[in-house]
Amino acid sequence: MSTTVEPTPVTTDEPEPASRLFGAIAIFESAEKLLSAATALKQSGLTKLEAHTPYPVHGIDEALRIAPTRLPWVVLAGALIGAGGAFAMQHWMNGIDYPFLISGKPLMSIPSSIPVTFEVAILLAAFAAFFGVLLFNGLPRLAHPLFRTQVFRRVTSDQFALVAESDDPRFDELRFGVITTEHGATSVESIEQDVSSVAMPTLLKAAGVSLVALALIPPVLIAQARATTSEKPRIHPIQDMDFQAKFKAQTTSPFFDDGRAMRLQISGTVARGDMPIDPAISTGYTSDAPPGPESSQWLDSIPISPTIELMARGRERFNIFCAACHGRGGDGDGIVTVRALELQQGTWVKPISLHDRSVRDQPDGRLFNTITNGVRKMPGYASQIKPEDRWAIVLYLRALQSSRNAQPADVPADVLETLRETN
Amino acid sequence: MSAVPIPTRTPSESLRPPLVDGEQTLSSITETVCSIVERPQTPRAWYIAFAISSSLTLMLFGLIGYLIATGIGVWGNNSPVFWGWPIVNFVFWVGIGHAGTLISAILFLFRQQWRTSINRFAEAMTIFAVTCAGIFPAIHVGRVWLVYWLAPYPNQMAMWPNFRSPLLWDVFAVSTYATVSLLFWYLGMIPDLATLRDRATSRVRQFAYGLFALGWTGSARQWHVLEKAYLLLAALATPLVLSVHTIVSFDFAVSHVPGWHTTIFPPYFVAGAVFSGFAMVVTLLVPARHLFGLKDLITPRHLDVMCRIILATSCMVGYAYATEFFTAWYSGNRFEQFAFLNRMQGPYAWAYWTMVTCNVLIPQLYWFKRFRTSPWLMVGVAICVNIGMWFERFVITVTSLSRDFLPSSWDYFRPTAVDVLMFVGSFGLFFTLFLLFCRFLPMVAMAEVKSVLPAPSVSES
Repeated sequence: MSTTVEPTPVTTDEPEPASRLFGAIAIFESAEKLLSAATALKQSGLTKLEAHTPYPVHGIDEALRIAPTRLPWVVLAGALIGAGGAFAMQHWMNGIDYPFLISGKPLMSIPSSIPVTFEVAILLAAFAAFFGVLLFNGLPRLAHPLFRTQVFRRVTSDQFALVAESDDPRFDELRFGVITTEHGATSVESIEQDVSSVAMPTLLKAAGVSLVALALIPPVLIAQARATTSEKPRIHPIQDMDFQAKFKAQTTSPFFDDGRAMRLQISGTVARGDMPIDPAISTGYTSDAPPGPESSQWLDSIPISPTIELMARGRERFNIFCAACHGRGGDGDGIVTVRALELQQGTWVKPISLHDRSVRDQPDGRLFNTITNGVRKMPGYASQIKPEDRWAIVLYLRALQSSRNAQPADVPADVLETLRETN
Repeated sequence: MSAVPIPTRTPSESLRPPLVDGEQTLSSITETVCSIVERPQTPRAWYIAFAISSSLTLMLFGLIGYLIATGIGVWGNNSPVFWGWPIVNFVFWVGIGHAGTLISAILFLFRQQWRTSINRFAEAMTIFAVTCAGIFPAIHVGRVWLVYWLAPYPNQMAMWPNFRSPLLWDVFAVSTYATVSLLFWYLGMIPDLATLRDRATSRVRQFAYGLFALGWTGSARQWHVLEKAYLLLAALATPLVLSVHTIVSFDFAVSHVPGWHTTIFPPYFVAGAVFSGFAMVVTLLVPARHLFGLKDLITPRHLDVMCRIILATSCMVGYAYATEFFTAWYSGNRFEQFAFLNRMQGPYAWAYWTMVTCNVLIPQLYWFKRFRTSPWLMVGVAICVNIGMWFERFVITVTSLSRDFLPSSWDYFRPTAVDVLMFVGSFGLFFTLFLLFCRFLPMVAMAEVKSVLPAPSVSES
């Protein structure tokens, strides 16, 4: 790659102050004359001899003894890397890293991976061919001593040129001129190479340095973002449906006549889940407001009949809603708790073990109230769990507690007998 | 730039008409082609055409902006026809894009030297058609700003695309096709850009063409590598061009919608693509050679050969239409049978019969020599083929979807104004790119034409 971007200077008349002889160029009117001259020069022992033609002249490769290019091997390598890479990529991505089950189709099937494998193989082979041309031809090379000669400018249109380079040990400008003229060259001249200004112009250098510096900014920002943590939500340029235009509860809205965003309950109707039931069943206490912790107004027993179905329901609801924090056994070791403690998340309060005496001694109504309204950091579950299910959870919780703390007196005599025999 | 040794022959010796007309020399070819891009004054007709096409392009981009801001409900796509005009237009444009690479690659491998005069032109057409094609599915995904999700890249969702979906194959096929076509086109153009560089009289032209010519000197070693690369790219592009429309047809054929789920789709689509592509080349080439004075390089023989290819592919497409009916009958599948009877007699019968008339009946006129030699009759038939091939994609996409398995969801598809204007706008984009190409780049592959001169100044060594 050259150091200047200008392809060709327009004039060659003025002698450059610092230039050296690059070689000599001979111009021919036809390809036959070029071929015979090239053959003769090659026989004279010139090694750095090159022909320049407006179209590929056949026979020139033999005349100049150009070895066959290795480009086909590069292209083959590109195709093999493309095919192998694409095949492995599909199987790893859809079969191993993220097994993707679609309508029971096999995770790794050869037929369905053929199209992408084929396309990527062609793509990489084409890249290999294209960039191989640039690489093997030493392109791009925007400045070349040839571009400084006036005669060369017709070589890409309708004339033919032979160029011998001066750093060839057998190079002799006079001899070159004689041989080419013998074979019909219309003009022969020497080519000077400008070696005066090899340094890059200051303006270009400054522009290059600032471009590189600017180009480094995004990767540095990305690297910084990846290496540090941030409390802010991630940048959200396209908001999709995450931020919809909406009216929140308890706000005003110009849409309705009464100016409220929320609708009032229509008189004479009952909202879903709001069917009036015995207040004691829906609250867990008999007073008008939640009583104190030691009050006797908490219900002391479960107000619905404790069946085995209710127990199963309670276990299911407990494992869904409670176990995430309290753990399946109620020990306060649910996965959320474990994770929060691992992260040393400062605001997390580890739930107390449900087998603790302070919990065991609470009346059923108070446990129910805790599920309904929450306690300390625990939120209320009234909106998520129906009253019957909350009682079912209390029932199951009592069974959990009994599994650890039961006394022989709590067990019916015949069951106790069986237990003694089996243990 | 053929890798084949060119036999020396003179027009009188040849059984066939020469590949170029008139007393052509190396310099006359250079002069003819380069003078088009070097003329100091751009013709008024070019400005008028450019004003029209760039306005339409602007309208297309405006509508795309409107669509992105509003949602794809601005199109007529609605239950049950979720693939309306956008997919019809996509397949239409991709199909047109097949002729260029076919001419460049397949005819090159078959050593059809007549291709040299028209390949640059057809390749340019391919690239611009694929550009137009790519726009439609990209915006049809709905949330175009997430279109990069189609690429397999490591992401915070820890998910990968589904490689068993034909729609993803399509992404790979069309993007590979666009890339390889561009490389092929550019690689072949480097020597011609060097010609323009060396003929340039202004610094700006010299710099611009010099930059893209990459410092090409036309040395024997450079030609040696370039010819090998060109041959290899042709060998790679040949299966590629066949694979692209095959994979586009998988978008339909891998589903189980009646009328789509048939094994004839891949060859049928490829034949249709070549058919429509050649029709578009003829449509563009006849006026272009007239306007730009290329009649000696693009001869009546070139046009005649292209008409014959259109005729042959028309027969293939007609055969495919007949085979579809046979398969539907022979399968004994009532849904399949209904789908095809519905095409012929149902609410879209007008579209079906337009398609048959334009694609199968009208091209038969090419059996008559007069239609293959008179430029304007030829273009008339080619335009009918373009219309017919758009309707083919419309018939396939819309009739099948509008009459799916569930009669309660049947509906009649109606395009909106946005549908129509976007399609018109895509022609604007196509012609804008094409006019820029005609104005600034060598329209004919000079180096290749020079190597097939009737009495080449090269003898076998």
